[in-house]
Amino acid sequence: MEDKLPEFLFRNELQRLLDCLITKGFKVIGPKVEDGALVYSPLEQVAELPLGWSDQQAPGRYRLNQTDSVRYFHWANGPQALKPLLNPPRNILWQAKRQADGSLEFIVPDDSISPVAVIGVKSCDLSALALQDQHFLEGEYPDPAYQARRKSLFLVAVNCSTAASTCFCASTGDGPEASTGFDMVMTELEDGFILQAGSEKGREVMAMLPLTAVSESMLQQKQKQKETVFAAQSRQLRTIEKTDLAEKRAHPCWDDIAERCLACGNCTMVCPTCFCHHQTEEAQVNGVDSQHVREWDSCFGGSHGQLAGFQVRDSVKSRYQQWMIHKLDFWQEQYGRSGCTGCGRCMTWCPAEIDFVAEANLIARGEQE
Amino acid sequence: MSKPTLAVHKFSSCDGCQLALLNMGEALADLAQHVEIKHFVEAGLVNEDAKVDIALVEGSVVTAKDQQRIRRVRSNSRYLISMGACATSGGIQALKNLADNPADWIGQIYPQPEFIDSLDRSSAIKQYVEVDFELWGCPVSSLQVSEAVATLLNGAEPLDNQEKLCIECKRAGKICTLVTGGEPCLGPVTRAGCGALCPAFGRACYGCYGGAELSNQSGLRKRLEGLGLPPESIQKRMHLIHPDPQQQNER
Repeated sequence: MEDKLPEFLFRNELQRLLDCLITKGFKVIGPKVEDGALVYSPLEQVAELPLGWSDQQAPGRYRLNQTDSVRYFHWANGPQALKPLLNPPRNILWQAKRQADGSLEFIVPDDSISPVAVIGVKSCDLSALALQDQHFLEGEYPDPAYQARRKSLFLVAVNCSTAASTCFCASTGDGPEASTGFDMVMTELEDGFILQAGSEKGREVMAMLPLTAVSESMLQQKQKQKETVFAAQSRQLRTIEKTDLAEKRAHPCWDDIAERCLACGNCTMVCPTCFCHHQTEEAQVNGVDSQHVREWDSCFGGSHGQLAGFQVRDSVKSRYQQWMIHKLDFWQEQYGRSGCTGCGRCMTWCPAEIDFVAEANLIARGEQE
Repeated sequence: MSKPTLAVHKFSSCDGCQLALLNMGEALADLAQHVEIKHFVEAGLVNEDAKVDIALVEGSVVTAKDQQRIRRVRSNSRYLISMGACATSGGIQALKNLADNPADWIGQIYPQPEFIDSLDRSSAIKQYVEVDFELWGCPVSSLQVSEAVATLLNGAEPLDNQEKLCIECKRAGKICTLVTGGEPCLGPVTRAGCGALCPAFGRACYGCYGGAELSNQSGLRKRLEGLGLPPESIQKRMHLIHPDPQQQNER
């Protein structure tokens, strides 16, 4: 899709991009500092972006610190990206009303979608989005609500200029540069942004911006930035073939993990590809109104393994095995690739500081870090 | 068909769970239209021995009189729900259950213990009578109560949600206080239901909803020790609202 040469937007013109998206009717969502983390949240002004902020991540640890950098996107990631926008944590599927004669009237909830533009999407999260698309749109039963949100989504990707210690997208082939799945992609340099369109919609937006030509030196800076991020990724997930993990359920490492794992489900909640959910009925006291709700679920929770009246996974070990073996092994059979895109969130947001990559490498390949 | 009947009984407690009911606001007005509330002292309705379809029981059993009364409540009620920390695990007052010599507990506190009529232990309601459903929390949330009652009125059994607070917290989009601030959050071992109230205000969960299913308490203890917390303060934190570990177990 790189049919046009990239162009350059000076730093002081970035507000024009936001204005242009707002004019086109998008609700703009971008990274902001909230409660000590980078959170994608509605914004209208460039001043709301995380100017100079950077993140330090390690298993079980996330800290933000402000630097004197002039950059808005010099950080790895926050706890969530696109998943809550397309597959909300809580979603009303239908409502029902009991009629006087006892029959039920079913009501389709108002799911009018306002078009959303997300600015600052990372490459690993675009790969994760492609996997969510595969699950929610390309299966036997496409999800209409997901489809509607997805269709109206405008994505402005940003290439990473830094990596957290938990990042490993280079080893999964999902970054650090975004190559596909966006409407526009930005590479932030000190003076401004190299922009490139990835779709017709992206070209339309770019046509409305005061762009200048990209110099050879800018392209060299872009290349250097990419190489720096590659080199900064010390963590690597080794290639895991089908059955590499599934056939190692007897490995002693699982018991060691189970002593530390709190089965709290945080890893699955922040994972950009996890899609499990449960459905519940919420009846009102009046005996007339009821709604059917879909909520994010986790394979670490009790309801996930409660099948046909009994619990099929009644130990922390069996739940951790389900999470890791499904994500890295069974996904290959199910979706043609591993379910991991190297964002590292499952490690950072694990309150028990479990190193998913090190454990997987150890179990599948016998490799100690 | 006459309306289903409901009673709210109080045992040893702070009344906070009854207040959670009063705080339901419009939902309480709705509830009052669909059930006949026979007994609810905090709301001014007194008829303790009324026979009812649903009894909500707040508080723990701490006196001989309580022991008799809870049996009467049980025989007067079709469906009994114990609500709140006191009713489900004995509550904060179950601290005395941990004393080396519980019989002497009152003597250590009051100069004239002969005026205090109290059992050696503070007990959850299920220690004395069969409980049909439990609502954990200190206090319970209005939403929990209205959901459970609404489910019963619609002819279904309420769902016993024992999932971990972390799952509820992440659904609500809250930022982990343990990971971003090293806070001693008990969310990973605590039962959901509060809507992640404390983490929503940047405060670590202190476990007032009691234990979740498949809780790895020793794993969390080790992690909190790793964050620099002394073992005794972790112990105190874990036992703050539900001190008696024997009553933490599932029914």
